[in-house]
Amino acid sequence: MNPFDELSIEEAVRLRERKLPVEEIVTVTAGPAKSQDILRTAMAMGADKGIHVQIDDKEPQLEPLGVAKLLKAVVEQQKSNLVILGKQAIDDDAAQTGQMLAGLLGWSQATQASKVVVEGDVVTVTKEVDGGVETLKAKLPMIITTDLRLNEPRYASLPNIMKAKKKPLEKKTLKDFEGLDLKQRLKTVKVTEPPPREGGVKVEDVDGMISKLKELGAL
Amino acid sequence: MPPTLARAAIRTLTRLRCPHQPSSRHAFSTSPSRRIMELTGFTETQLTVREAVSAICSQFPSSYWQEHDASETDPKEFHAALASSGFLGIALPESLGGSGLGISEATIMMQTIAESGAGMAGAQSIHANVYATQPLARFGSKEQVEETIPKIIDGTYRTCFGVTEPDAGLDTLRLRTTAKRDGDDYVISGQKIWITCAQVASRMILLARTSPASSVPKPSQALSLFCIPLSKSSPGLELRRIKKMGGRAVDANEVFFDNYRVPASSLIGKEGHGFKIILHGMNAERCLLAGEALGLGYAALSRAASYARERNVFGRPIGQNQGIAHPLAECYMHLEAAKLATYHAARLYDASQTDESIKQDAVGIAANSAKFLAAEAAFKACERAVLAHGGMGYAVEYDVERWFRECLVPRIAPVSREMVLNFVGERVLGLPRSY
Repeated sequence: MNPFDELSIEEAVRLRERKLPVEEIVTVTAGPAKSQDILRTAMAMGADKGIHVQIDDKEPQLEPLGVAKLLKAVVEQQKSNLVILGKQAIDDDAAQTGQMLAGLLGWSQATQASKVVVEGDVVTVTKEVDGGVETLKAKLPMIITTDLRLNEPRYASLPNIMKAKKKPLEKKTLKDFEGLDLKQRLKTVKVTEPPPREGGVKVEDVDGMISKLKELGAL
Repeated sequence: MPPTLARAAIRTLTRLRCPHQPSSRHAFSTSPSRRIMELTGFTETQLTVREAVSAICSQFPSSYWQEHDASETDPKEFHAALASSGFLGIALPESLGGSGLGISEATIMMQTIAESGAGMAGAQSIHANVYATQPLARFGSKEQVEETIPKIIDGTYRTCFGVTEPDAGLDTLRLRTTAKRDGDDYVISGQKIWITCAQVASRMILLARTSPASSVPKPSQALSLFCIPLSKSSPGLELRRIKKMGGRAVDANEVFFDNYRVPASSLIGKEGHGFKIILHGMNAERCLLAGEALGLGYAALSRAASYARERNVFGRPIGQNQGIAHPLAECYMHLEAAKLATYHAARLYDASQTDESIKQDAVGIAANSAKFLAAEAAFKACERAVLAHGGMGYAVEYDVERWFRECLVPRIAPVSREMVLNFVGERVLGLPRSY
């Protein structure tokens, strides 16, 4: 599982553990058969239900906007009022889905959360930004995307792993969500490798280092 | 970016970010380290267990085990991590907080632990908690079971297994430690040896003599099984740690009882049923040991293979030399064969719990064969791994010397190679008994 997604599941479970009225924690994934493992892990961590939208590796892959549209449909079906997502994928690092989903639903959004406090229907989210933290306040329903310092995800315990096997896992396909316009809009223009690293130099002592840094214009 | 390219990129970046760090949970590594064992044929549950245990073990890198081996200190954090995730109860009933799985799953758990680099030390630190608790859960009284099992599962209690004596190893029926009933107590006197984890355990599953052999129709009826509190501060109990070749993180002891008092409620089942109860679990233990041996073997072989790929001599990787490659390939085949024998035995053991058509003799032959084959395959693999590393194989830093020292354990315990051969000679081939 994408570590940001792990943080999201963990946060949802912790909200429930803080005795907040969390009715149901639904986890969603879209991908090949193997993606089911991720849902089982999520349910072993404490989610109640999994929805697997099956997309074969050979089919065209969803783009962030496609995922957002799909999630919007799921959110409407499930009548969710809080969606927690990882801040970005770890393959293409797109970091778009959460924001797009908020836009499509017309909900508030708080991205890169490092702390989430829910009081009634008011949610306070702290996020780390350059040079400090930013605090946002919004009302449910809303979208939160998670960042690394939000929490420390638990390891699923063996008894919970076994229980997760009995939790409901709904299998769907894209055909179950009619009217989604999922056509590919992005085109990979070019992929280039970063330039090879150049070897460094060794300096004799501190003075040597300082003069080298000066020489390179770093001081 | 195509997914395969992206994955390769992440792998490369992860390595750049932390070149010498073992993969930690949030290192963004999406690909597990290279595993050589073929996983086809395992059940979904076994694979789930393997993955979940692997995740926990990955928090305990080689350096952890090197340090604990060198300083001979108990890997208590490791035991605690497995306990808090519920793994010690893998084969204990769900009603007592366990997961109700079988020996097939417990075996792959033990293999995975050993294979993670934790080796026999890691496996032995929890072995008795997984295995010696089986007879207790099955034959103990309701109070006894409810008082101890949940605490063993959650790690509050640790347990050790007290059967072997200096003058009674494989000839268990001759053991001399006595437990005499005295009012509400039993009074224990005698000596046990090679008791793993006695220093850190608060309970011992003890086999002791409750009547002289001559006073009962069969010598096996003179022994009884107990789950006793092990309190080092109480009078009549002394532990002496044994210095040993491998698995040094985990203590092994001589245990001396001198009129050591335990409550009469410590008895498991009925007096005189001890041997029968113990026999029940022996095939299970052989399976677990076989799994642990396999883990060591695969760990060593996979390390040797990666060294042989990376180490260049005369301008090419040493693995290109057939003198290196062939022995490693042979080790792989032996391990795979032993793996099949091991999980076959475990499957038979589990099935025999409900299927009466599977005879205990068949289970015994399968379990002993598996233990033998796995131990030999592991020994070959560990030895070859040291040799493939050349001088580096002798250095602690490369781990293979530690695994090599440890891989003697499954060859010797819980039953020697020679006794397994005797058993098969007698029971399968119908040859006369030699001892």
